[in-house]
Amino acid sequence: MSTLEFTKEQMVLADPMLPTWFRVQCVRRETHDTFTLDLACQDGGGRFSFAPGQFNMLYVFGVGEVPISISGDPATKEIVVHTIRAVGAVTRAMRNLKRGDQVGVRGPFGSAWPVKEAVGRDIVIVTGGIGLAPLRPAFYHVLAHRNDYNRVVLLYGARTRDDILYRDELKLWRGELDLEVEVTVDSSVGRWRGNVGVVTKFIPRAEFDPGNTTALICGPEVMMRFTIQALVDRGVETRDIHVSMERNMKCAVGFCGHCQYGSKFICKDGPVFRFSEIEDIFGIREL
Amino acid sequence: MNFCNSNHASKVIDRQALDNLFGVLRSQSYTLFGPKVSDQAIVYDEIQATDDLPIGWTDEQDAGSYRLKKRDDQALFGYVVGPHSLKKYLFPPAQRLWQVSRDGEQIKLSPEPEDVVKRAFIAIRSCELHAMAIQAQVFTGGEFVDSTYDSRSRNTFTLAVNCGQAGNTCFCTSMNTGPEVTAGFDLALTEILDGARHEFLVEIGTELGAEVLNAVDFRDAEPEDQQTAKEIVNRATGQMGRSVDTTDIKDLLTRNHGNTRWDEVAERCLSCANCTMVCPTCFCSTVEDVTDLSGDNAERWRRWDSCFTMDFSYIAGGNVRTSTKSRYRQWMTHKLATWHDQFGTSGCVGCGRCITWCPVAIDITEEVAAIRRTDVAGATEPLKRGA
Repeated sequence: MSTLEFTKEQMVLADPMLPTWFRVQCVRRETHDTFTLDLACQDGGGRFSFAPGQFNMLYVFGVGEVPISISGDPATKEIVVHTIRAVGAVTRAMRNLKRGDQVGVRGPFGSAWPVKEAVGRDIVIVTGGIGLAPLRPAFYHVLAHRNDYNRVVLLYGARTRDDILYRDELKLWRGELDLEVEVTVDSSVGRWRGNVGVVTKFIPRAEFDPGNTTALICGPEVMMRFTIQALVDRGVETRDIHVSMERNMKCAVGFCGHCQYGSKFICKDGPVFRFSEIEDIFGIREL
Repeated sequence: MNFCNSNHASKVIDRQALDNLFGVLRSQSYTLFGPKVSDQAIVYDEIQATDDLPIGWTDEQDAGSYRLKKRDDQALFGYVVGPHSLKKYLFPPAQRLWQVSRDGEQIKLSPEPEDVVKRAFIAIRSCELHAMAIQAQVFTGGEFVDSTYDSRSRNTFTLAVNCGQAGNTCFCTSMNTGPEVTAGFDLALTEILDGARHEFLVEIGTELGAEVLNAVDFRDAEPEDQQTAKEIVNRATGQMGRSVDTTDIKDLLTRNHGNTRWDEVAERCLSCANCTMVCPTCFCSTVEDVTDLSGDNAERWRRWDSCFTMDFSYIAGGNVRTSTKSRYRQWMTHKLATWHDQFGTSGCVGCGRCITWCPVAIDITEEVAAIRRTDVAGATEPLKRGA
C-alpha cells in the first residue's frame, strides 16, 4: 500500500459519520429495564479514550443508532462501557446482544464534566434514575484522584428499590469513610427501609462548603430544576453547577439540528453545560 | 483573442454567446443545473441550452400563492425564485451515507464514494448565493466537516444573475442579501432587454469565470451598459414586496418566548413543514437505517427533516415540542435569532419562499412585525438567591 492510499484510508476513517466496529464482551443486567454493555475494539488491540460526561452513538446492525453516554472508568482504555435503559427499538435490540456480537460506534462526542476545574474543591454529585450512568466516570475519576478533592458527596434518587442502579458499587462507596453517599427512592414498595422522598432533601444537610463546591447534576429535568434551586439556596453559584442535558440526536456533530436547545447544540456544545450558560433558557417549556 | 486579466472588468455578450458559454461549460465536463418550467413552476433541473430556460415566463407570488404568467417579451430570467433552491444539489433530500454487509463474522462498511460530479449552477440569484454560503458554514465551517457536502460543493461553477425584478414576497434588501450579486460567483449576468436589444452584462468573479467567458464572443462593456445594468438592479430593489425591521431582532425574539402572538400563529399553522422544505438554508435531517430481506445488508440514509414534525424532538419520555406553537417558535426563532449565536449570521436570506409556499399564507415578515408590536419582557423566572 502506498503512503498516499494509507493517508486516504485514515481520512475516511476520520469521517465522524462512519461507525467503527466494536465487539460485545458482556451484557450485564442492572435492573429490570437497564443493562450494561461492555464493548472492546474489534481487533482487540485498540484503545478508546474519552472524558467523563461524553457520549457515543451506538449502532445495532440494521436496527438503528442511539446516543448513549459512556459510563465506565475513563482510566480503562480497553473496554468501553455503556449503561442503557431498554425503552425503544434500538435499545431493546441492544439488550438482546450476545458476547461476540458487533456494534457500530461513533464517538466520543460532546463536552465533559469539569473534573480538572474542581480540583481543590468539594464535589457534590446529584443524580436521579439512569442519570447516575453518565456521572459514574466522573465519580471513578474523583475516587482515583481522591486527594485532589476535599469533601465528596454523592446523592442518588431512584424510583423504587428495584430501580437502584449499580447497587453493589453504591454499597461499596457508602462504606468508604471519606465519602458521603446517600440513596433515596421515590416510593417505597416491598422491602425497603431506607430513605423515601426526593433526592433534593439531602442537599440542605449534606456536608459541603457552598462557596467552594462544584456540583454535577444529571437526571430528569424536573429533578435537576429542584436540585439547582436547593443548591442555590445553600449558596452555590450557578457557574459552579454543571448539568447534563438530553435532546433528540441523529448525527452528534451539529448537522442534523435535532438537539437544538435555544442557541445550543446539545451534541457539540453539551451535553454537559455550566448552568450559568443555560440559566436563561432552562425551564422554558417546549423550547 | 481577448484575454481578460482584470477580474472585475465587465463584458457584454448576446444570447448566442450565452448558449456558447453553456457549451463551453459542458465541454469542460460540467453538468448544468438551472431554472426551467416544470409542473407549472420554475424549478431547478438539468439543462442543456438557453432554450431550456423559462423564456418569456414570469411568476406572480404572494403569501400562499404562486402562478406562472406569460411575459410580453422573451426574457430568459424574467422571474424571481421558485420552490427549489440549490440545497437539493449540495445537501440532497435523500442521500445514502454508507452501506454495510455482514458475512458471518465479517462486517464490511462501505462509505459512499466521493461525489466528483462537476456542477454548473445557472441563473443563481443573490439570495441563493447567500443561502449557499450559510449552509456551507453549517456543514463545513465548524469543528466537524460533512464530507458529502464538502465534496459536492467543491467542483461547482456558479453563473449568477442579478434580479431585474422582485416578487411580492421578496425581502432580500432587509436581510442585506441582494438583489445585487456581490460575491460567491464565477460569472454574474444582468439581462438587458430593451426592444430588439437582448444582451447580458457579464461581471467576472473568478479566474475560472474569466477563462470560461474567454472562450465565447464578447465585447467590453461601455459605461452606458454598466449604467443600464445598475438601473435594472435598482428597479428590483425598489420592488421588494415585503420588508423586515431587523433591529435588535435576536434579542427581540429571545425575550418574546412568552408572547401570545405564538398562540395566534399556531392557530393558523398546519405544521406541514413546507416552509422548511422550500427554505434554502434549513439544514435539519434525520437518518433512516434500512436492511434487505436477508438481514445481512444494511444502509444508512440521511433525509431532510423538519422541526415542524412531532417526532423531531422525541426523547425517551415524550416529545419536547408537542404544540404547534412551540414548533413554529423554534423555527422562526432559530432562523432569525439563535442562528446568529450558532453561525454568526442570520439564517434568513429574504427569498420569501416560506411565505409563498405556506398553504395558509403565514408570513414571517408579518410575524416579526407582530412580535415587535407586542414586545413583552422575558418571561423566565430568575432563580431566587439563597444565603
